[in-house]
Amino acid sequence: MAESKLLSVRNLSMRFGGLLAVDQVNMEVRPREVVSIIGPNGAGKTTVFNCISGFYRPTSGEVLFEGRPMHRLPGFKIARAGMVRTFQNVRLFKEMTVIENLLVAQHMQAERNLLKGLLLTAGYRRRESELMDRAAHWLERVGLVDFANREAGNLAYGQQRRLEIARCMVTRPRLLMLDEPAAGLNPNETRDLDRMIVQLKEEEGITVLLIEHDMSLVMGISDRIYVVNQGKPLAEGSPEEVRRNPEVIKAYLGEE
Amino acid sequence: MDATLYLLQQVINGLTIGSTYALIAIGYTMVYGIIGMINFAHGEIYMIGTYIAFIVITGLAMMGVDSTLFLIVAALLVSMIVASAHGFAVERVAYRPVRGSKRLIALISAIGMSIFLQNYMRLAQGSRDKAIPNLLPGGWEFGGDGFAVNLSYMQVIIFFVTLASMGVLALFISRSRLGRACRACSQDRGMANLLGINTDLVISMTFVIGAALAAVAGLLLGMYYGVVNPYIGFLAGLKAFTAAVLGGIGSIPGAMLGGLILGIAEALTGGYLSTEYKDVVAFGLLILILLFRPWGILGKPEVEKI
Repeated sequence: MAESKLLSVRNLSMRFGGLLAVDQVNMEVRPREVVSIIGPNGAGKTTVFNCISGFYRPTSGEVLFEGRPMHRLPGFKIARAGMVRTFQNVRLFKEMTVIENLLVAQHMQAERNLLKGLLLTAGYRRRESELMDRAAHWLERVGLVDFANREAGNLAYGQQRRLEIARCMVTRPRLLMLDEPAAGLNPNETRDLDRMIVQLKEEEGITVLLIEHDMSLVMGISDRIYVVNQGKPLAEGSPEEVRRNPEVIKAYLGEE
Repeated sequence: MDATLYLLQQVINGLTIGSTYALIAIGYTMVYGIIGMINFAHGEIYMIGTYIAFIVITGLAMMGVDSTLFLIVAALLVSMIVASAHGFAVERVAYRPVRGSKRLIALISAIGMSIFLQNYMRLAQGSRDKAIPNLLPGGWEFGGDGFAVNLSYMQVIIFFVTLASMGVLALFISRSRLGRACRACSQDRGMANLLGINTDLVISMTFVIGAALAAVAGLLLGMYYGVVNPYIGFLAGLKAFTAAVLGGIGSIPGAMLGGLILGIAEALTGGYLSTEYKDVVAFGLLILILLFRPWGILGKPEVEKI
């Protein structure tokens, strides 16, 4: 039973002063699934993400990742447990080069011991070249090899988005959380993104939790969809079920 | 000829004092770069570094150690370690607990820490001046008939030790994994944390590095001036802070440049105007830079993050 779930969110609530931004949300993600969270603007999708990834500390409720509670851990421990995320707005280290962005994200695997990083041991150099190999592999996967030494902030927007996904992937996550990855992309780039997510799932065995407004992308790649509205869970099911759900239609289009 | 030599003398004096400002300024600028606060207790860390160097040198000398090299190296190492421990502790005790709150609160905490450290040293060591022996007296003298330029061994050592420390720091920041993590934290701490970097550890490291460099400055300046008292941290801290702002706070090369400019400006004022006006010029520079280029010489204008 426990093994069939990678992530379970139980009765998650988040209150900001008088505003209950997330109200009793329950969610489950099984390994190798692509699960989307959709909902109108301001529905609390990103707040749910922020609580799961440790960016916020939820007011109440539990987040279990592979059966282990995450909701009291600092963000870096959650990342080390195998959950990484992107943000709606691109958050690269803009003044570092593309390759450095990928190297620094592997810090957690390299630096269990602080002192080792200060001494230039043979082990240190060997680790460094392993990090480099992995970074180069993902640069190739996202088609940015030619830009390795460019400053990340100087890349085109679509390239920055791809670099963000690569930066998540070098950390060897089991759950990849993408917050509106298609925002600002043109139709071609969105199609590439669609293909990349499917590939990550099939070739890397990665599980994806997605927030997205682009409905064709969501409907195309999701195994299951959660709909939230005004901080509350509204519906859950396959793309087909969600599409036909009258509650969902009402939330999106408003009442007559 | 004499006029040129006189100018040269002022520049040498300026570079000496300026490089120690730069060493202290690194601590301000690195901490600001990562957590966006001014660590006003940093001057006291420098003062503590000077005291520890004094204690080690006089202590070992009383025990009969007379190797100059050994005395200096021992004083350097011990004062770096003790000052780093203080830097680490200050962050844990006074800054981490208030990190999430408003900037003003951290600032007040820093000022409190500064007063505490000053008085704790005063209680432990007394408030009177202590003399630090100059372990390397003498130097070179060259020049014309009217005016001779003095270049003491101490000045040369100060300049080269500073240069070496800066070089090591620059390599550490640009090449090492930990340095890379430091840079990532200074650009986006929240994101660095979510990528698995222990940002608290990186912040502690920054305080430790800044304190160690301040201790280096403490030993060098202590031997150069020959005295130490519990109040030296205040002015040195303010000067180094000025240097950091001048160069562009948050920028490490900026701190180096700012320190040197400030040192030379002070020395020239002392040499041509009056030493009384040294501080006036130093803080006048601070006011000018804040008015016309608040992001400093090498800094970048800050764009308000949304």
